[in-house]
Amino acid sequence: MKLTLGYVNIHDIQLSNESKVANGVLYVNPDDITKLVLEDEHLKSASVDVARPGESVRITPVKDVIEPRVKVEGKGGIFPGVINKVDTVGSGKTLVLKGAAVVTTGRIVGFQEGIIDMTGVGAQYTPFSKTNNLVLTCEPVDGLQKHQHEEAVRLAGLKTAAFIGELARNVSPDSEETFETFGLFEGAEKMPNLPKVGYVQMLQSQGLMHDTYVYGVDAKKTLSTIIDPLETMDGAIISGNCVSACDKNTTYHHLNNPVIADLLAQHGKTLNFAAMIITNENVYLADKERSSNWSQKLAKFLGLDGVIISQEGFGNPDTDLIMNCRKIEEAGVKTVIVTDEYAGQDGSSQSLADAHELANAVVTGGNANQVITLPKLDKVIGHLEFVDRIAGGWDKNTNEDGSITIELQAITGATNELGFNKLSAR
Amino acid sequence: MSKIKIVHYINQFFAQIGGEEMADYKPEVREGIVGPGAAFMAAFGDEAEIVATVICGDSYFNENVEEAKKTVIDMVKKYNPDLFIAGPAFNAGRYGVACGTIADAVKTELGIPVLTGMYEENPGADMFKAKVYMVATKNSAAGMRDAVGKMAPLALKLARKEKIGASCEEGYMPNGIRVNFFEEKRGSARAVDMLLKKLAGKPFTTEFPMPAFDRVAPNPAVKDMAHAKVALVTSGGIVPKGNPDHIESSSASHYGKYDIEGVMDLTAETYETAHGGYDPVYANEDSDRVLPVDVLRDMEKEGKIGSLHRYFYTTVGNGTAVKSAKAFAAEYAQELKADGVDCVILTST
Repeated sequence: MKLTLGYVNIHDIQLSNESKVANGVLYVNPDDITKLVLEDEHLKSASVDVARPGESVRITPVKDVIEPRVKVEGKGGIFPGVINKVDTVGSGKTLVLKGAAVVTTGRIVGFQEGIIDMTGVGAQYTPFSKTNNLVLTCEPVDGLQKHQHEEAVRLAGLKTAAFIGELARNVSPDSEETFETFGLFEGAEKMPNLPKVGYVQMLQSQGLMHDTYVYGVDAKKTLSTIIDPLETMDGAIISGNCVSACDKNTTYHHLNNPVIADLLAQHGKTLNFAAMIITNENVYLADKERSSNWSQKLAKFLGLDGVIISQEGFGNPDTDLIMNCRKIEEAGVKTVIVTDEYAGQDGSSQSLADAHELANAVVTGGNANQVITLPKLDKVIGHLEFVDRIAGGWDKNTNEDGSITIELQAITGATNELGFNKLSAR
Repeated sequence: MSKIKIVHYINQFFAQIGGEEMADYKPEVREGIVGPGAAFMAAFGDEAEIVATVICGDSYFNENVEEAKKTVIDMVKKYNPDLFIAGPAFNAGRYGVACGTIADAVKTELGIPVLTGMYEENPGADMFKAKVYMVATKNSAAGMRDAVGKMAPLALKLARKEKIGASCEEGYMPNGIRVNFFEEKRGSARAVDMLLKKLAGKPFTTEFPMPAFDRVAPNPAVKDMAHAKVALVTSGGIVPKGNPDHIESSSASHYGKYDIEGVMDLTAETYETAHGGYDPVYANEDSDRVLPVDVLRDMEKEGKIGSLHRYFYTTVGNGTAVKSAKAFAAEYAQELKADGVDCVILTST
């Protein structure tokens, strides 16, 4: 497969009476968005706001973050199987509104939604303090079930991102980058002396509201399979997750998977990025065994020399991580795992819920239990009253001066397990 | 700010009193610096001063530990220092053990920050690296310059009670306390580097060494269930509706103990889950699904179990540190024992 990403750099977002992209500025007419989003009868209200890097703004509770993209050449459209029809994406050309993101917020769905601070100490920990964010606040109709609420907001975010992406269809990009992947035999022929490296991505699938979708299919109901890494750049994988904000892979992360980016950067130089395997993180032991057996079989069947395994979430999925690692190592394929830690607020507790001696190469995104105090900010988009309830918060954690004491766990993307950040721990 | 006052501990060899033949040398304190103290003073500049040096023979210390500790602590105490430094001991085994022992004792007894340094394979390292800050040095005194270069800045930070960064930043040996910091490269790039090294058979360093896991062997089966008092304990977060004790949805700081005398069934009106790590819909509809009070009441009636204990204990397992969970259990296990409970059913989510 061959895919060109054209980057349209966005350095500001302005609310306007016309939606367009011009001179690096994204102009958005809020009515266009609210009309689009309120087509869904599950939503009662929607409003649009902008949060820029450095502004004294806090967004919470954050559900998903999505990068706007539009497919301009090649098969299919962005978010296949969800927003566009099912067709194999990952080839041709896609335009990316680099520097812009759609952030969804609104009343809390579950416990596990996050905080994005655009300034202050919290901003250091979330990658989304550096993007210009179009924030969509959606409220559900009364009496809506939680999982329907989650779905409605998820779709609202994706529709908005697709709409925004479409605005850039005829804009000429500031720069371009082309990626190419090969079939297994073709790649081995082209790069006979390079190690065949794979990527095993574990997709969060712990249950209702802890879901990931692949071409619209709930990953919980899938067997481990292979996917071309370039497909993810067109939105083949999306987040439907209410898991702890710090190590939830938002749709933005899936579109910009750093493991894929860094393996592609070495592709043909120091390694042959031969295959990508996706597997799930279901809660039942039988599912865990079956899925990890399958990723082991695939890694061996594909003749890989080594794999990077990334995780999403913590605790229960630690067992899937260790099973994948152990079984793939036992099949003679070398592994590196990417995870994060829950070592307690003082850092002295056991970091993972499972361990094995074969997991001897670990990259960590840091201790999610680390406590920080976020200063009071001038403006809140969303609802501040949930900061005592979201995962990482506790009762009465808002201080007298309006600052909030909270674990990193509550910060969107803080300890990402795709290795998106520089944060780590020793 | 006034100059930081430091007391330094060294052995007979570094005090140039003698080698093995003088290892029985008894503790002695001298004003100011002796031996390696000069290198430290040069590194501290105007910031800190070694006000006294305690010298003790390695054999004497290790063969008379309690007495030596007491004598040295008394000597240190007299100077009321801000910090205590022992060594560095490099690869000298008895010296390393003495440095670790005395540093740990000073920290505990006098409540001041302490620092030592030695070679990673010094037996004193494994014994004390989790108890006191210990800088990894080279294996011989030829590495003094390097050791002082790492120890001096950390010493100043400790004395000023500044935040101590991660082990790899500050140069101390990993001590089991995980500390966050920002790496130069993002995680995915570090993973690719690590995998390439692993594939090439080159040395690489994991960022998280796998711990030795604490596996609990099950107790023998209860022989007479018909007369057993059964208690329910859960990490599934079942609480009386409204979560009266505000157990956190993740990273719980406490557990709850609730009376279920006369409660035959947990209903959507009376109980719910506080747990933030799983879909709460089914647990909120009927909390018996996580904490099976209804079934145990039936079994009680049918005589299959003796009785259901009057209280259940509950917390949220989601993101809760193993250390906290262990502390909760250590506490309520004593209560369960005192209440004559014969067996406990532990449920998760």
